[in-house]
Amino acid sequence: MGFFLYSKNGQLILAVLAFVALLAVLLLIAKFADRIKGRKQTLVMVAVFGGPALLLLVLGQVYPAIRTMWMSLMDRRSENFVGLTNYAYLFEDGLTALANTMLWVVLVPAGSTIIGLVYAVLIDKSRFEKVAKSLLFLPMAISFVGAGIIWKFVYEYRGSAQEQIGLLNALITSLGFEPVRFLQDAPLNTVFLIVVMVWIQAGFAMVVLSAAIKAVPIDIIEAARLDGASAWQLFTRVTVPSIRPSLVVVLTTICIATLKVFDITLTMTGAEFNTQVLANEMYDWSFTFGNNGIGSAMAVVIFLLVIPLVVYNVRQMNKNKAVRG
Amino acid sequence: MTTKALTSVNPSKSTGSAAGSFKRLVGNRIGSAFALVIAVLWTVPTFGLFLSSFRPEAEIKGSGWWTVFTDPQFTLDNYAQILGGATSTNLAVYFQNSVVIAIPATIAPLILAIMASYAFSVLQWKGRDIVFVAVFTLQIVPLQMALIPLLRVFSGTAVADVFPFLSLWVAHTIFGLPLAIFLLHNFMSEVPRDLIEAARIDGAGHVTVFMRVMLPLMLPAIASYAIFQFLWVWNDLLVGLTFSGGSRTVQPLTAALAAMTGDRGQDWHLLTAGAFISILLPLVVFFALQRFFVRGLLAGSVKG
Repeated sequence: MGFFLYSKNGQLILAVLAFVALLAVLLLIAKFADRIKGRKQTLVMVAVFGGPALLLLVLGQVYPAIRTMWMSLMDRRSENFVGLTNYAYLFEDGLTALANTMLWVVLVPAGSTIIGLVYAVLIDKSRFEKVAKSLLFLPMAISFVGAGIIWKFVYEYRGSAQEQIGLLNALITSLGFEPVRFLQDAPLNTVFLIVVMVWIQAGFAMVVLSAAIKAVPIDIIEAARLDGASAWQLFTRVTVPSIRPSLVVVLTTICIATLKVFDITLTMTGAEFNTQVLANEMYDWSFTFGNNGIGSAMAVVIFLLVIPLVVYNVRQMNKNKAVRG
Repeated sequence: MTTKALTSVNPSKSTGSAAGSFKRLVGNRIGSAFALVIAVLWTVPTFGLFLSSFRPEAEIKGSGWWTVFTDPQFTLDNYAQILGGATSTNLAVYFQNSVVIAIPATIAPLILAIMASYAFSVLQWKGRDIVFVAVFTLQIVPLQMALIPLLRVFSGTAVADVFPFLSLWVAHTIFGLPLAIFLLHNFMSEVPRDLIEAARIDGAGHVTVFMRVMLPLMLPAIASYAIFQFLWVWNDLLVGLTFSGGSRTVQPLTAALAAMTGDRGQDWHLLTAGAFISILLPLVVFFALQRFFVRGLLAGSVKG
């Protein structure tokens, strides 16, 4: 027994075994329920197949989310009701985080999507398409922390007397300019952090949009060309509208991912030098300063910012469904 | 648009295409050059870090990595130091932690989501669509919203003391579920209904249909989601930082690396090698199973 309790691998094996045993019990119940007929059977089946996941979601997401909203109205230890005081922080000292987050949410989806789209189009049907796709897509497999280190190294700054070891500053100084403190000098340092996120997300946009472009029916393009459409007209009036659903999905997905990002600022600047963002602010207040009130309020603000995106997406989904019948 | 149409990447031989028109517009030469520039920008940062991780400490700190082309000096010291050296920088422990975290955190949400998607796509019950939309919406609730209350459920309990990884497994499972259910439901909905009905008429119960019909058909989708979830868990920092309570026995690699960038931000020989150790497994997974990974991504992003 000791192996299972006192070693990591033992605990790993134990966890997997316990999980498999649980599944066996569930399926056994379902096997018996297979013999019952009618509505009762469906009830048991839904409980067996959907129950565990739904239970976890209610306990682990719905309840905590409601509780977070409640906690955002309480003081730092969640003891006394303080109303909207925690939210007031946002307009006093949290303005940098709010403004930066807005900048992130605009620049990251736009940048990733444009680069992804242009790249997808340029390499389409070229001999190196597969390799070219892998190259852009690769950063998707790298953690934000890993990407943070990779780019910290690119941005590394040394005084002008020293030899530069960061790629960008080496280029800049070799052209005769003064080295730039990429990560320290506001407000541009936020933009340099945003570049890292674009670097990570462009591959995602490229893969999805490339697939969408390939799915545009050839006949439509041929017809437009016969009608005398120029290349630019073809692109803006046929290609882009045809891949619109995919464009919307890519933009919203990246938007949502961007709102939640805190790893990049944490690893690259530690949110200093005016690079704070909401997600990082939430982390700082809750886990570094131990103020659950403001921390929760920041989480709620992120959630509020996400809601319009979700509403738009669900609407779009319904529209597509209606079109397809 | 179906997933199938979107995932077909075999270039058709036809002359006209949606991309072709734009390419003609830019001009083939300029276009290719532009694509090349993007490809280089996307590759060089990682390549530079990779080369650096094999350079001696003094060299990394004194000159740019590109100097290896004129003055090649390589060593494995950085890796030796970061995998076997002093405790504060020994990443071997954290690597093991990440593995211990990632395996159950990939399997559990995967299996629970396959079962749930069966409930959402095959079983007919009242309120099914409403619950499904609710699950879809949860996909978008920021992790941050659920973090603190969920953390409180575990903190200080006896179970958490005996099984320190439990809270991480459960948290990753919960946070992975909405997307997993959504993706797998999409795949499962594409399985022809006749197939299921035929099996039902032959007297197969739901368990048999699930195990014998659905699972084999779903294998490619399951593989693609498994890779997705594995990479997500492996690369996670937020859950790893908060649910491990800063404890060295359970913290994942990402958390250890993030700490190193703060404490040892100028120790480039440790950071470069450390970053590469953390990237290694995802890269192997990525290159080996790229096709599945892309398929999973497309199913998730092209809704409906």
